[in-house]
Amino acid sequence: MNTIAETRTKSLLYLDGVSVSFDGFKALNSLSFVVEPGELRAIIGPNGAGKTTMMDIITGKTRPDTGTVLFEDSIDLTKKDEADIAQLGIGRKFQKPTVFESHTVWDNLELALNRSRGVFATLFYKLSPDDKARIEEILTTIRLTHRKDELAANLSHGQKQWLEIGMLLAQEPKLLLVDEPVAGMTDAETAETAVLLKEIARTRSVVVVEHDMGFIRELGVKVTCLAEGSVLAEGSIDFVSNDPKVIENYLGR
Amino acid sequence: MISGFILRALEGKIVVAIAILLGVAILVPALNLLVPAGSAFHIPTYVMALMGKYLCYALLALALDLVWGYCGILSLGHGAFFALGGYAMGMYLMRQIGSRGVYGNPELPDFMVFLNWQELPWFWHGFDMFWFAMLMVLVVPGLLAFVFGWFAFRSRVNGVYLSIITQAMTYALMLAFFRNDMGFGGNNGLTDYKDILGFPVQADGTRAVLFAMSAIMLALCLLIASGIVRSKFGKVLVGVRDAESRVRFLGFRVEHIKLFTFVVSAMMAGIAGALFVPQVGIINPGEFAPANSIEVVVWTAVGGRGTLIGPIIGAVLVNAGKSFFTGAFPEFWLYALGGLFIAVTLFLPKGIVGTIQHGFSARKAMKAAREAEKGRDIGTPMAQAAE
Repeated sequence: MNTIAETRTKSLLYLDGVSVSFDGFKALNSLSFVVEPGELRAIIGPNGAGKTTMMDIITGKTRPDTGTVLFEDSIDLTKKDEADIAQLGIGRKFQKPTVFESHTVWDNLELALNRSRGVFATLFYKLSPDDKARIEEILTTIRLTHRKDELAANLSHGQKQWLEIGMLLAQEPKLLLVDEPVAGMTDAETAETAVLLKEIARTRSVVVVEHDMGFIRELGVKVTCLAEGSVLAEGSIDFVSNDPKVIENYLGR
Repeated sequence: MISGFILRALEGKIVVAIAILLGVAILVPALNLLVPAGSAFHIPTYVMALMGKYLCYALLALALDLVWGYCGILSLGHGAFFALGGYAMGMYLMRQIGSRGVYGNPELPDFMVFLNWQELPWFWHGFDMFWFAMLMVLVVPGLLAFVFGWFAFRSRVNGVYLSIITQAMTYALMLAFFRNDMGFGGNNGLTDYKDILGFPVQADGTRAVLFAMSAIMLALCLLIASGIVRSKFGKVLVGVRDAESRVRFLGFRVEHIKLFTFVVSAMMAGIAGALFVPQVGIINPGEFAPANSIEVVVWTAVGGRGTLIGPIIGAVLVNAGKSFFTGAFPEFWLYALGGLFIAVTLFLPKGIVGTIQHGFSARKAMKAAREAEKGRDIGTPMAQAAE
C-alpha cells in the first residue's frame, strides 16, 4: 500500500477529503481519489452520487467546503476560477453537447485552440500555418474533415459530441474530464467513441463519467464507483461490479 | 496587425454600406447648400436635420447591437450613454454662449445665475475647450460602462437581471439629472446654444457639416464594429452569446470580453449623443428616460440584431415612421410602435436584414444540396464518419 506522500509525488490530480453541501444536502462527503498522469479512468455511480459536482469542483465552478484539490501535486485548484483552470490544462466536456452552434466546425476548433486568449490578442489574431495544420489534424481525429465548413448546429448529436471532444483536444489539456460522452449515441457511435477516447488517453489523462456499463467494459480501464458523495469501490470493472455494496447501491437497482 | 484588422472589416457588403454612408455625407449637404431652394432636388434644412438625427439614432442602435446582437447582453440602459455623450457636448456648447446669455454673465450659464451660483462647479471646468469636451464624450460614458460592467460581469449578473439593472441605472441618472442642484440645468437641461467652434449652430453650413460628421462617424463606427465582429474576438463574442460556460471552460475570461465590448459600445453611444445635441438644439434629462432605451431595442430588433446593417436600417425606418405617424396620427404612434415590436417578434424574429440574409443562405444551401444530389457517389456524411 502506498503512503499518502508517495501517491502525491506522482499524481496529476489529487482529491483528499473533499466535502461540499448545498442547503444541507451533502453532495460530496469526504471524497478522495487520485488520477495519475496518462491514466484513463471511468467513474460510475447512481444519480446524485456527486459525479457532476466532483467535476464542478475540479474545474472551479463550485468551491468545496473542506478538502484538498491539487493539480500536478502543487497547484491548489480551490483557489482558481474556470478560466485559470482551463489555462492550466484541464478540459471539460459537458453532459449535453455544448458547441458554438452558429459557428462552423472549423471556427469552433479555432476558438478552442490553445493560443493567447486576451482581448487584444484575439482582436488581431491571424490564422498561422501551424494553427491551420493543427486544426486539420484534429478534424481527422474526430472524423469531421468533410463537414468542416458547416455550421455546428447542422451536425448530428454524435458528431456534436465528437466536435466538443475535438475542441478539448485543441485546448491541449493534460487532463480531460468527460461527462457521459455516449449518452444518446447509436451503438456504432458508442464503439467509435471508445476508440477515440483510448486514442486520446495515449497522450494525456482522461476521466470519463458514464452510465453505460457496456461502454465502460469496452474501455477496459480502472473504475471508480461513487455513491452518496464518496468512493464506494475502486478497481477493474469485474471487481467493482461484483462488489456487494456496488450491487446494492447502483447495479442492483 | 491593424491593417489586417481593417482589411477584414471591409470585406463583403460592409464596404458598400460604408461607401453609401460616405456618399450620403457628401450628397445630402451638397443638395442642401448648392441646389437652389426652388429645385425639385433641393433638400430643405429641416429635412437634413431630421436625417442627421436618424443617423445618430442609427449609431446608437449599432452600439446596442454590438452588445445585444453579438454578445447577448440585453442592455435596457443604452440611452444613458447616449445622453451622457449629449450632455458633454451640451456643456461645451453652453460654455460657448459666453456673455450672450440672458443674464450676460461671461462665465456662468444662465441657469446657474438664476440659481444664484457664484462660481462654476468643478466638473464644468475644461468644457470651454472643444478637445476636452470631445474627450469627455468618450470618457464619461466609457467610464460609467467600465465601472458598471466591472461589477456586473464579475458577479456574473446575466440575462433579465442585467437588463433590469441597466434600466435602473438610466432611471437613476434621469432622477439625478432632474435635480437642479446637480448642476446640469435640471428639468430644462441645456439649450439655447449659439456657436460650435466659432460657427453659428443654426446656420445652414454648420448644419451641413454636422450632418456630414454624423454620416462619417456612423461609417467609422461601422468599420470598427465590423472589424471587431469578424476577428477571432468577434467569434468569441458570439460564443459568449450562445454558450457562455463553454467559452469559460475553454479558458477565456468572459468578464473581460464583455467589459471590453460594453465599454466600446458605450463610447459609440456617447458619440451618437454628442452629434445629436447640436442638431436638435437641446439636451434634457428626458433623454435618460427608460422608454428611450427600450425604443432603441425595438429599432435593433426590427432591423435585425446580430447583423451590422440591420440596426442602422431599423433605426432609420422606425424613426421615419415615427416622424410620419406623429405628424399624421399623433395619438396612434405608441400603438403602432408596440404593434411593430410584437409583429417583428412573431413574424420576423431575425429582423428585416436577418430574414433577408437567412433567405439567401437557405437558397444557397438548397442549391448546394441539389449539386450534391447530382454527384451521389460522394457518399453520405454519416457513412464517411463511421469509416
